[in-house]
Amino acid sequence: MDMDPVFRALADPSRRALLDRLHTENGQTLGELCEGLTMSRQAVSKHLVLLEEANLVAVVWRGREKLHYLNPVPIAEIADRWIGKFERARVKALVDLKRELESDDEKA
Amino acid sequence: MSDPAFVYVVYIRATPARIWDALTDPDQTEKFWFGGRFKTDGARKGSDLELWSEQRGVDFTGQILESDPPKKLVWTFQHTREPDSLDGATTVSYELEVMGDDTRLTVTHDGFLDNSSLRRGVSGGWPRILSSLKSMLETGAPLTRAA
Repeated sequence: MDMDPVFRALADPSRRALLDRLHTENGQTLGELCEGLTMSRQAVSKHLVLLEEANLVAVVWRGREKLHYLNPVPIAEIADRWIGKFERARVKALVDLKRELESDDEKA
Repeated sequence: MSDPAFVYVVYIRATPARIWDALTDPDQTEKFWFGGRFKTDGARKGSDLELWSEQRGVDFTGQILESDPPKKLVWTFQHTREPDSLDGATTVSYELEVMGDDTRLTVTHDGFLDNSSLRRGVSGGWPRILSSLKSMLETGAPLTRAA
């Protein structure tokens, strides 16, 4: 699998913010995704194209409206490539611990 | 129809027929679905289905609603171990489309109640199952479940 487009897409904080928004609420239109953002509609649209090309965003058409969905399959492929069978549970335990300890400072 | 809750897309270097077989043959699902045998009566419309594994027993049951091999399979999904779940059956669809040398497999899962525990569980499950399917078909090695 060519992972370069995935890493390139994830390297940008604005694009990660868009994925966060879809993680909170899946299936949004471009207009909905733009709400409350300082980015221009054009910039958001460009970011979405890159995310789509990296297969991190999947698109479903509702009439003439395009709905955007977070597609975490490439991220699962990355995790499965480097996290071994017996490490998974331990890695998850550490991530959970970190989240628990930091939850006062930061929103999970 | 409401908008789907989840949409997952994976590109696999295999023909739609090969992927269809993998998705509907219990011997193959056992390999990539972490031990789960997807049992149906030939994936025909109206056929009952279940996912059964030696470690977990029956995970879910359902029925095939639509079957158009090797392009589209729609089935209901009713989890057997969600004690506090008010969800009735949810609906899963597989759609397969040739894209150059690859096939695009789109999985949608819909019909959840808001904030249901099933919905949260499902959102963690599909990405790994699809990653494992891709790995099995492209490299011959499915992923193994965490200990």
